[in-house]
Amino acid sequence: MSKTDFTPDEMMTIAASRVLKNSDVCFVGIGAPSAACNIARLTHAPDITLIYESGTIGTTPDVLPLSIGDGELCDTALTTVSVPEMFRYWLQGGHVSIGFLGAAQLDRFGNINTTVIGDYENPKVRLPGGGGAPEIATSAQEIFITIKQSKRALVEKIDFVTSLGHGNGGDERLTKYQVKTKGPTLMVTDLAIWKPDPVTKEFTVTSLHHNVKKSDVQDTCGWEVKFANSLDETPVPTQLELTTLRDLKARTKKAHAA
Amino acid sequence: MNKFMSLSEAVTRHVHDEASVALEGFTHLIPHAAAHEIIRQQRKNLTLVRMTPDIIYDQMIGMGCVSKVIFSYAGNPGVGLLRRMRDAIENGWPNTLKTEEHSHSAMANAWEAGAAGLPLAVFRGYRGAQLASVNPNIRSLTCPFTGEKLAAVPALAPDVSIIHAQKASAKGDILIEGIIGVQKEAALAGKKTIVTVEEKVDNFDDIHPNLCVLPGWSVDAICVVPGGAHPSYTHGYYRRDNAAYLEWDKISADREQFLKWMDDNVINASPEDFAGRIEGLMQ
Repeated sequence: MSKTDFTPDEMMTIAASRVLKNSDVCFVGIGAPSAACNIARLTHAPDITLIYESGTIGTTPDVLPLSIGDGELCDTALTTVSVPEMFRYWLQGGHVSIGFLGAAQLDRFGNINTTVIGDYENPKVRLPGGGGAPEIATSAQEIFITIKQSKRALVEKIDFVTSLGHGNGGDERLTKYQVKTKGPTLMVTDLAIWKPDPVTKEFTVTSLHHNVKKSDVQDTCGWEVKFANSLDETPVPTQLELTTLRDLKARTKKAHAA
Repeated sequence: MNKFMSLSEAVTRHVHDEASVALEGFTHLIPHAAAHEIIRQQRKNLTLVRMTPDIIYDQMIGMGCVSKVIFSYAGNPGVGLLRRMRDAIENGWPNTLKTEEHSHSAMANAWEAGAAGLPLAVFRGYRGAQLASVNPNIRSLTCPFTGEKLAAVPALAPDVSIIHAQKASAKGDILIEGIIGVQKEAALAGKKTIVTVEEKVDNFDDIHPNLCVLPGWSVDAICVVPGGAHPSYTHGYYRRDNAAYLEWDKISADREQFLKWMDDNVINASPEDFAGRIEGLMQ
């Protein structure tokens, strides 16, 4: 296989999967995070605990769920609790180490909008809304984000703050909002890996994916991108990672079309 | 009192115009047959409560039954947006729609408070979240013991709660298995509760002692409707019809197409038709 025999989307999912550890207890957002979390489980982190907001704890689905409440999640879970118990005891109680979220719109401090494009009362586009994210963002010990880069998605100012990231940066999360958890500590896109600056908390590119130039990242981002002084190159997907992802996607497509 | 009755009778008896109604089920056990019966009986100006409006409320909104929705995630799960609900919010079709929007955590807590007979739910939430500035029902209070500022929302206690479940015993007790969501909380919080079930069995003598059971005396109407959750699912009976959820995205994209589909599949159909819709999905 040549070094470039993979798509940017595949690179994103695989790079996102690598940041999860075997010991993590991860609250999984639907969509891109769900794929990444399950690739982690099927490759280097077989014992990771995946939690979906429908109440399924320690789930090991054979195909990716279309919804957060597919029967597959319950059938393969260690246990399934009620939704109030999920949010009150397990999430609010501090038992979740990682919240893995996607976003429709996001700013440089990792604040997320999944509510509306345009004005709230008179929206241009009414998006689904927050679901579990507003409290995942503040109650999980830290937050990973995965999102495909575009100027519509990575914007200077989001239209609505559905879920708190680092506010306006610095230690505002703690001082202004009394949120003691770490918040966004990592963002994986189809082009790069980003981490917040330790002081300003602005997302900074720390690693470019294979064959990605700085200008590619800037051209698909609505704010002026900061790059780390020493930039890494994200290792390309291994054969095992790619095969695992492609098999999972194929199984999923077949299952949902049935 | 015998609480077993037809779905038509249960809706006629308990669901009235302008009522607040919750048809709950967290992806699983969504009472679609009951929603279709409400649409056929042409209820108007309902306030609908549901964490995830899903396509069940998309249909009720598009058919003009609804004036307000209280919700926390208005998507077609895993597929995209709810096009009929969006059309009502963005364009006022078929009528304007008021919304009261929350997070899942707030709704889940509010359901629990409703079941517990409390006036409000208290939780650590909405911090830095802009919803608190557009929804006047999101407030805060200070813990009298620690001084911590906590979020507060009103408890949910609708006029009628409607849920789907696996089984009713001959005595009218209800068994719920799988992703139980907020089924128990909604059933206890509602002033009246209607339950549709897959089947009626003789007794629950052999079930595990910790299963989720609602005693018959805690519900008001029980209707046996096999397949009544379709295209949602009933754990142990049939799987989620994900293809139907994908298809809904196309059906709901156009007003005329939507109305024709509702005519064919809801207006000119009956609760008995649900059994046929799950044939290829049985487990």
